[in-house]
Amino acid sequence: MGEARILMRSDAVAGAVDPSEVERKLGVVELLWNDGFVRKAAIIVFLAAVWEIYGTLLDNSLLFPTFHDTVITMFDKVRDGTIPLRAWASLKVLFMGYSAGIVLAALFTVLAISTRIGTDFLETMTAMFNPLPAIALLPLALIWFGLGNGSLVFVLIHSVLWPVALNTHSGFKSVSNTLRMVGRNYGLRGLPYVARILIPAAFGSILTGLKIGWAFAWRTLIAAELVFGVSSGQGGLGWFIFENRNLLDIPAVFAGLLTVIVIGLIVENLIFRTIERNTVQKWGLQT
Amino acid sequence: MSALLDVSGVTLRYKTSSVVVTATEKVSFSVDRSDRFVLLGPSGCGKSTLLKAVGGYMTPSEGKMRINGREITEPGADRMMIFQEFDQLLPWKTVLENVMFPLLMTRKLNKKDAEVRARAYIEKVSLTRVVDSYPHTLSGGMKQRVAIARGMAMEPDILLMDEPFAALDALTRRTCQDELLQLWEETKFTVMFVTHSIAEAIKIGNRILLLSPHPGRVKAEVIDVDRVSAEDGSAAKLEKQIHDLLFADTATAH
Ligand SMILES: Nc1ncnc2c1ncn2[C@@H]1O[C@H](COP(=O)(O)OP(=O)(O)OP(=O)(O)O)[C@@H](O)[C@H]1O
Ligand SMILES: [Mg+2]
Repeated sequence: MGEARILMRSDAVAGAVDPSEVERKLGVVELLWNDGFVRKAAIIVFLAAVWEIYGTLLDNSLLFPTFHDTVITMFDKVRDGTIPLRAWASLKVLFMGYSAGIVLAALFTVLAISTRIGTDFLETMTAMFNPLPAIALLPLALIWFGLGNGSLVFVLIHSVLWPVALNTHSGFKSVSNTLRMVGRNYGLRGLPYVARILIPAAFGSILTGLKIGWAFAWRTLIAAELVFGVSSGQGGLGWFIFENRNLLDIPAVFAGLLTVIVIGLIVENLIFRTIERNTVQKWGLQT
Repeated sequence: MSALLDVSGVTLRYKTSSVVVTATEKVSFSVDRSDRFVLLGPSGCGKSTLLKAVGGYMTPSEGKMRINGREITEPGADRMMIFQEFDQLLPWKTVLENVMFPLLMTRKLNKKDAEVRARAYIEKVSLTRVVDSYPHTLSGGMKQRVAIARGMAMEPDILLMDEPFAALDALTRRTCQDELLQLWEETKFTVMFVTHSIAEAIKIGNRILLLSPHPGRVKAEVIDVDRVSAEDGSAAKLEKQIHDLLFADTATAH
């Protein structure tokens, strides 16, 4: 005759388990290395070292100044206020174009989710204009808006609007049907429904769109400033680079390029990373 | 007193690009206050479709549905849906915020009162420990209990539950069923519960509506289900009877 027996084990009730076995603190080096920021910083230090070595070996500051030359020039230009002023001029225009682009993208996508013809409109427009490099519109913009911030803002809007609208729209479309039904269950419709359900649910895609839009806008702006740039006597970083190339002040050109890179890194790694950490990562929508 | 929910002769159809599918045909039933009304039937017989229609997400192509004497035309917070899917919680809100959300959105309560009520219902489903956690850190069973707390906190006219425990393991499902019955003892809410498990239907319901498949039609209604008990074997007997009834056609067809 078979009969099952239950053997009681006392492992689980043995009480006071050493907590360090369940949860072990990581060492300092391990902790630092787990921080993506630290790892990336290490890569940057390595690249700077390679740059310095190559520059020293080449020994031709007209072609390729060393890292420390560039940094010294950069510090000088920062201290005498040229670079901050130029960077500020660029960022001001960028901010105008970026926010106008986002407002337009929001308008287009809200239109696209509320009507079918709006969807078709958005899909056709993004299909047409997304592949068109913003800088290609600059000659036309110069004719329409003249030499000035108007032209810059126009090409910036073009570079931000389509990627942001495209990503936001596809984010909205992929919001799960269950969540949509939940939102409507509470009587949400129209704009409150978009704001309370669709935008947070699609926030991952929206953020991706904003990041792509930012990268496009920053590139486009610097390139556009290289083409003309002076507006009301105050050029931006692109113009600074162009000017110094004409003066054959190559370390200053490098300093300008470095500033462009540094601002790009700050926005990408500080601003967007912080937003990401406090939203999609906290919500478990992205690892 | 007239019934809380009255469904009469409702036919529901899906129009796809090529065909029109009739999910249910001329279904009639009524749900009274404090009923635990179960829709039971094989897969594809239109249980979810019926529940969605009561929720206001589908308009019947024939027949009428009334709640409290008013015709159902759109979704509303008087009928709270609880879905089978685990993604029904808003991932960007904590457990507490999730339970408070409908209370605030429908302007039923102000923020302070909403929080008090939300905490009370979270306690009822014994989730006070995770009140500030985000949904992605919870287990499937915990998520479903949060959804139940969120639905119940609204104190709606009727709770609509579409196989809320179907995706849970057997042990968790038992716990959740017991908890639901316990909650019902406390507040005597009205619930319409969809399941394809006969045992679950008998355990949860006091009335069971049996549906036949393709298209869904009412086959029978079982009343006084709460009179049977698991101890004296009457529940098992009822389960066998319902089973024979549901599968009678398939037995003769083959
Ligand atoms: N979105 C849809 N489009 C077209 N037909 C659908 C749709 N949803 C369901 N149906 C059809 O309607 C019928 C009933 O579906 P329903 O989902 O209500 O079944 P159910 O009883 O809930 O089944 P289950 O127990 O598997 O959940 C099925 O024949 C199905 O094919
Ligand atoms: Mg179903």
